[in-house]
Amino acid sequence: MPEFGRNPQLNRNGELHHLLSLDGLPRAIVERILATADGFINVAEREVKNVPLLRGRSVFNLFFENSTRTRTTFEIAARRLSADVFNLDIQRSSTAKGESLLDTINNLTAMQADMFVVRHAAAGAPHLIARHVAPHVHVINAGDGRHAHPTQGLLDAYTIRHYKRDFSQLTVAVVGDILHSRVARSDIHVLTTLGVPEVRAVGPLTLLPDGLESMGVRVFTRLEEGIRGADVIIMLRLQNERMRGALLPSAQEYFRNYGLTPERLRLAKPDAIVMHPGPMNRGVEIDSRVADGTQSVILPQVTFGIAVRMAVLSIAASSQRMQ
Amino acid sequence: MIELDAEAIYRSLLARLREEVVGRDVRLVGVHTGGVLIAERLRADLHVGPPVGILDISFYRDDFSRTGLKPSVKPSAIAFDVQGADIVLVDDVLNTGRTVRAAMNELFDYGRPARIDLAVLIDRGGRELPIAPTVVGRTIEVPPEISVVLTRDDDGRFHLTLESRRDA
Repeated sequence: MPEFGRNPQLNRNGELHHLLSLDGLPRAIVERILATADGFINVAEREVKNVPLLRGRSVFNLFFENSTRTRTTFEIAARRLSADVFNLDIQRSSTAKGESLLDTINNLTAMQADMFVVRHAAAGAPHLIARHVAPHVHVINAGDGRHAHPTQGLLDAYTIRHYKRDFSQLTVAVVGDILHSRVARSDIHVLTTLGVPEVRAVGPLTLLPDGLESMGVRVFTRLEEGIRGADVIIMLRLQNERMRGALLPSAQEYFRNYGLTPERLRLAKPDAIVMHPGPMNRGVEIDSRVADGTQSVILPQVTFGIAVRMAVLSIAASSQRMQ
Repeated sequence: MIELDAEAIYRSLLARLREEVVGRDVRLVGVHTGGVLIAERLRADLHVGPPVGILDISFYRDDFSRTGLKPSVKPSAIAFDVQGADIVLVDDVLNTGRTVRAAMNELFDYGRPARIDLAVLIDRGGRELPIAPTVVGRTIEVPPEISVVLTRDDDGRFHLTLESRRDA
């Protein structure tokens, strides 16, 4: 059972046991994940792309909310570590029959699960699971509600580090629907942890949450001002359902004000990189000429994401002996 | 205490390996970190062409479930084609043989070498696996609680020191 006040992600030795959020994750652990991912990048270029680290371990992908892409990259990561991977289509199975979340977890633990990769529409679901699993079981948050998407934040940090080397002089602009974005929250946490001096949040007033300044973020409501002089621009996906609500008038108008076009990109530094967590809405938040342009690093993000997830899985699995 | 003249031991390793690889087109692969230092120097002294391959065997260790991943993992990097290559695997100290087993497993994930030889600066005995070196700088006997540590100074000279293992 967790001790009060202790970071629930860390074991008594301060090692990563679960990955739930980047909020409060020590810089040393973030840096270790990024450095370990370097080793896995080269693995993918070999004839045999697997290493035997997690041989015999069972990793369960529990996606209570759909995400083919994230699930696939976690599956590839676990398989490249030689783990046995099980994908559970939760939406159509037990929970639909009324089984509670914790009953589902208990049943899977009885099937000798070693690790759960959890995606859930409710913020905090991975924390709840982490509090209840057996001590040898690890929980990795693959996105929970609006709260956090820590592996996306880590792979974004890895991508920035790959192209910019050093975080200490950077200006990073996160653009779009900050209010509903767990990616934005995780990016802001990891970038401030790594010492990025200027993190900006850029978007329409209706999509900017309160309290950004207290996270050390500069807020901009005009795209042109928000990306001026930036080294890195992270475009967020605009979810279609926001358009049906009262928050935004239309996709066309959003693109007119906040779409990243080649003309606007010229306001950033000449060597600025453009990132996007995917899947993209071309013509809504990003112009195809930018998405496919020379400054786009959107596809490398996907490749790096596998190495970063391999690092997270293997480092979390390393802490087993402490519990 | 044993006196270990690292430079003299290196020279005898070099002489033995030179004899061993006569007429062969070998590739050198060093095991992180000491093995890489030795392999780099052997490459220069033996005039081997391609850059030294580097193996960090952290992802192949057989004690992962007991000790976890090492805090610092360096990327492995082999720039030449391992498939069909004549390889000399280089490490600083040979002890249980577990590192060599892990290194060979990793090598085979790059391709199938035609041959692998093993060159080590120090063989300290204590084998737990059926692994034997092809060439050795020097064979010594040290108690299990002592570790043999290789360093390279700013002038590129090797030094060997005996240290007690903190967690032994």
